Amino acid sequence: MIPYAAPIFKASLPVFMALTLDDVRRVAHLARVAIDDAEARAVLSQLNDVFRLVAEMQAVDTAGVEPMSHALDVTQRLRADAVTEADQHAAFQSVAPHVEGDLYLVPKVIE
Amino acid sequence: MKWEVVIGLETHAQLSTKSKMFSGASTAFGAAPNTQACAVDIALPGVLPVANKAAVECAIRFGLAVGGADGLSRRSVFARKNYFYPDLPKGYQISQYELPIVKSGEIPIVSPTRGEIKIRLTRAHLEEDAGKSLHEGFHDFTGIDLNRAGTPLLEIVSEPDMCSADEAVSYARALHALVRWIDICDGNMQEGSFRCDANVSVRRPGEPLGTRREIKNLNSFRFLQQAIEFEAKWQIETLESGGKIEQATVLFDPDTGETRAMRSKEDAHDYRYFPDPDLLPLVISEEWIAKIAESVVAVGTPQVRKNEYIGSYGLSSQDAWQLVKSRETADYFDKVMARLGKHEAKLCANWMNGELASVLNRDSLDITQSRVSSAQLADLLARVRDGTLSNKMAKEVFDAVWAGEGDPDAIIEKRGLKQISDSGELEKFCDQVIAANAKQVEDYRAGKDKAFNSLVGQAMKLSKGKANPQQVSEILKRKLAS
Amino acid sequence: MHNATIKSLAADLAARKFSSVELTRHLLSRIRALNPKYNCFITVDDAASLKQAQAADDLRAAGRAGPLTGIPIAQKDIFCAKGWLTTCGSKMLSSFISPYDAHVVEQLNGAGAVNIGKTNMDEFAMGSSSETSFYGPVRNPWNADNVPGGSSGGSAAAVVARLAPGAIGTDTGGSIRQPAALSGICGLKPTYGVVSRYGMIAFASSLDQGGPMARTAEDLAIMMNVMAGFDARDSTSLERAREDYTGEIGKAVKGLKIGLPKEFFAEGAEAGVTGAVAAAISAYRKLGCETVEVSLPSMKLAVPVYYVLAPAEASSNLARYDGVRYGHRAQDYADLTDMYKLTRAQGFGQEVKRRILIGTYVLSHGYYDAYYIQAQKVRRLVARDFAEAFRRCDVIMGPTSPTTAFRLGEKVDDPVKMYLNDIYTIPANLAGLPGMSVPCGFDGSGLPVGLQIVGNYFAEAKMLGIAHQYQQATDWHLRVPPGCEG
Repeated sequence: MIPYAAPIFKASLPVFMALTLDDVRRVAHLARVAIDDAEARAVLSQLNDVFRLVAEMQAVDTAGVEPMSHALDVTQRLRADAVTEADQHAAFQSVAPHVEGDLYLVPKVIE
Repeated sequence: MKWEVVIGLETHAQLSTKSKMFSGASTAFGAAPNTQACAVDIALPGVLPVANKAAVECAIRFGLAVGGADGLSRRSVFARKNYFYPDLPKGYQISQYELPIVKSGEIPIVSPTRGEIKIRLTRAHLEEDAGKSLHEGFHDFTGIDLNRAGTPLLEIVSEPDMCSADEAVSYARALHALVRWIDICDGNMQEGSFRCDANVSVRRPGEPLGTRREIKNLNSFRFLQQAIEFEAKWQIETLESGGKIEQATVLFDPDTGETRAMRSKEDAHDYRYFPDPDLLPLVISEEWIAKIAESVVAVGTPQVRKNEYIGSYGLSSQDAWQLVKSRETADYFDKVMARLGKHEAKLCANWMNGELASVLNRDSLDITQSRVSSAQLADLLARVRDGTLSNKMAKEVFDAVWAGEGDPDAIIEKRGLKQISDSGELEKFCDQVIAANAKQVEDYRAGKDKAFNSLVGQAMKLSKGKANPQQVSEILKRKLAS
Repeated sequence: MHNATIKSLAADLAARKFSSVELTRHLLSRIRALNPKYNCFITVDDAASLKQAQAADDLRAAGRAGPLTGIPIAQKDIFCAKGWLTTCGSKMLSSFISPYDAHVVEQLNGAGAVNIGKTNMDEFAMGSSSETSFYGPVRNPWNADNVPGGSSGGSAAAVVARLAPGAIGTDTGGSIRQPAALSGICGLKPTYGVVSRYGMIAFASSLDQGGPMARTAEDLAIMMNVMAGFDARDSTSLERAREDYTGEIGKAVKGLKIGLPKEFFAEGAEAGVTGAVAAAISAYRKLGCETVEVSLPSMKLAVPVYYVLAPAEASSNLARYDGVRYGHRAQDYADLTDMYKLTRAQGFGQEVKRRILIGTYVLSHGYYDAYYIQAQKVRRLVARDFAEAFRRCDVIMGPTSPTTAFRLGEKVDDPVKMYLNDIYTIPANLAGLPGMSVPCGFDGSGLPVGLQIVGNYFAEAKMLGIAHQYQQATDWHLRVPPGCEG
């Protein structure tokens, strides 16, 4: 166990790296969200405000600190290998946008 | 050598569990579309994954078989691999990234050029399969069947240790044999239970690794061979004509025998891996490992059994490898040997790897479906050994057993296939042959060995093939020497 | 009857003073009258609610009633309820009829509670004002020009407006406690893992936790007895012995050590808030509690950490909304990628898209270590601060929110300003600790103030007892917003 310590800020604060419009477009594409130029511009300044706030955290010296993924230090419980689920495709597909022959349909995928 | 080919394989083995990796839906193959895709598999809002114990156990078995307990991570982590694709319902695949459950191991193989070598494993990790996209049957649409979504897979990643398509196939076959041997995968390649991606690059000897292209989803050993051969040749030709290799994912077309880059280029491959917050660290205890290790020791591995055959029967490595191509094959061999003396191992191996393998192959059967039982083969080989049957006769009897005519001894009896070993009778044949072939006798005595074979042949002909050829040749030699 | 607590309603139902059907009818008629003003509910289904009420009355007649049997409970529209439209406040799910029940909903149904309606919320729980809903903003019953807090603002407003005696909410960075404070009710976010997340539509999985909202701590305890418990379908659900959350309701607080983190009182909070909180702490001193100053030095980092981790998890959790299997799908598109992009651009509102972009960015190649891993490390520092503080005190107290209910539209276009409203609530989510808010007075404009109590892991019963003692000594929770007296 690493002894308790108050956060120490690194002597030299990292310079806040502003996002660019290209970053916004790249990320919007990765996240599959259509975004036009006006929206991209508007969101860019908001995102930069947020990342300016986030930069405070980046300045903290965290050498030797384990990343914390979960609130509690517990481990994965394992399920017995048994089939417990019955066919419910009719109910599930009743809310689907486009189904034919029990298949979900999407615009043609080209491999 | 002008070019070196460098190959690494990523193999997806579908684990033999009843239910899925993270849900209680069935993994049975061939169900009607989407009838085995439960709420978790179709990623309804709010659903959560829980890991399947049997799948984890399969991964541990594999780790123990390829590298022992040291190759197993006591703590591994499930991560999300994020990308959009219609057969990936959550928009991410649950896999393992930085901390895989198996962190090292090796697969021994026999290379046609380098002999027995070991292919190192980079890692093996648990993950879930995607659904299936069906491109036929609809005009402007692709149909999505999510029955396969969530099926447990073990992705086994090799180091780029192979330098030819032959080696890649040897490795794939060895791995295929192993996963079936230890009962973690049914190995059914038609159903996609065992499929390979091959990373291929070429370089001049001594130079750093070239740019690799990844051939996706090869689901037969033949395609694996053809695809790598084509790809390597294409890369060499491209470089020799002044071109450059771009990193790419390619598909193999079995109809043309060619590889081609995928049209839908997965943009920039930024998968944004991060630990799945819905799942906790997978911790495996020493007790559990020890318990699984016991059962792994009980079934052994192809490697262990092969070494036994070499050690206790003096078989060649080549013969032994063929006998351990599946656990059923090795078990069959053991059953035959249980009825024969230790010294008949070579004879038995020859028959199993020769005649038996070829008829099984001809009739597309596996060894458990063999129409000659291990007891029948043992009886047949005993008759060969005691001189009752010549090799040629034995093949006839084998075919008759295969055709369902009964046990070897009954067939021998019925067909009167007994070899003539009575020396009086054989001496008569030999005398007749010597008397009738003065020219050949003269030639033999003048040192022409070929003439002797002709004399043996004549004697065999006289006996209608039933004479023991070894005895005939001894008698002839004696008589001609005097 | 609408002013009564769950506890007294249960007693009256048991005494057959009225039936659940009568109670449910009464609340449904109040909802019909008041919902147009406050917009607390997205879906109200009289027939479905009354059917449950009838079933509860039958259960009681059969002698099998429990403490929640026949009690109408409002459900935040983030909980999947079979046969009910379950939207999460989003256009994306505006046609999604859930085919299954969340674990919490199953538990409530099993106890005979009545689902009185699905409450409005910030879209996908992303917000602190309940303004980002596709279904329009929720208004604060204390002043309809102001927000009720968020994201469980519909639940909070419904409870304070006496449209339901209790409601369920979820809390990822304060979404139960902050609206409870801004609307003048009680709300509890349990220890992470105590309430199953199965069927609770995910925002940020490692932080999300469902919990009860009601007007008294004792009612929260009664609800917790039904909501909490192990669920094998949630890998993060904890296997613990069943606990009676009402167990410490009557317990005196004399000798209790209250930790006051200096960072909670240092700067930023409005005078009306600090005044009311200081008075509440004096009240605890009068009840025999001790106070001790503690420090949470990393607290100011909690908001920056949260705005890396929560969007990162959300960007991945919300990838399933792709227009393929359920939910909104765009009409006109060129190809598959276009279909995805338009579906998601149309289906998600501005704040959700903003967070998806932030989350995608911090996880993307080259930024992961600097943002995501660093945030997880600082998260541990925040958790350690609490561990250190709890060596010196039994519970921590401070304000729930730095402000009282702000005006609609005031912060909605300034994300950072909005995000900083959760500065006191986020630390408990990062650490996974239980936190609650209790009404502790009003500011100069007559808007409610909440006192936050943060306990150590699994200290819910103790915290509820502590809050109950305060509510026995005060009457803030009995105040009714003007126009809601009925």
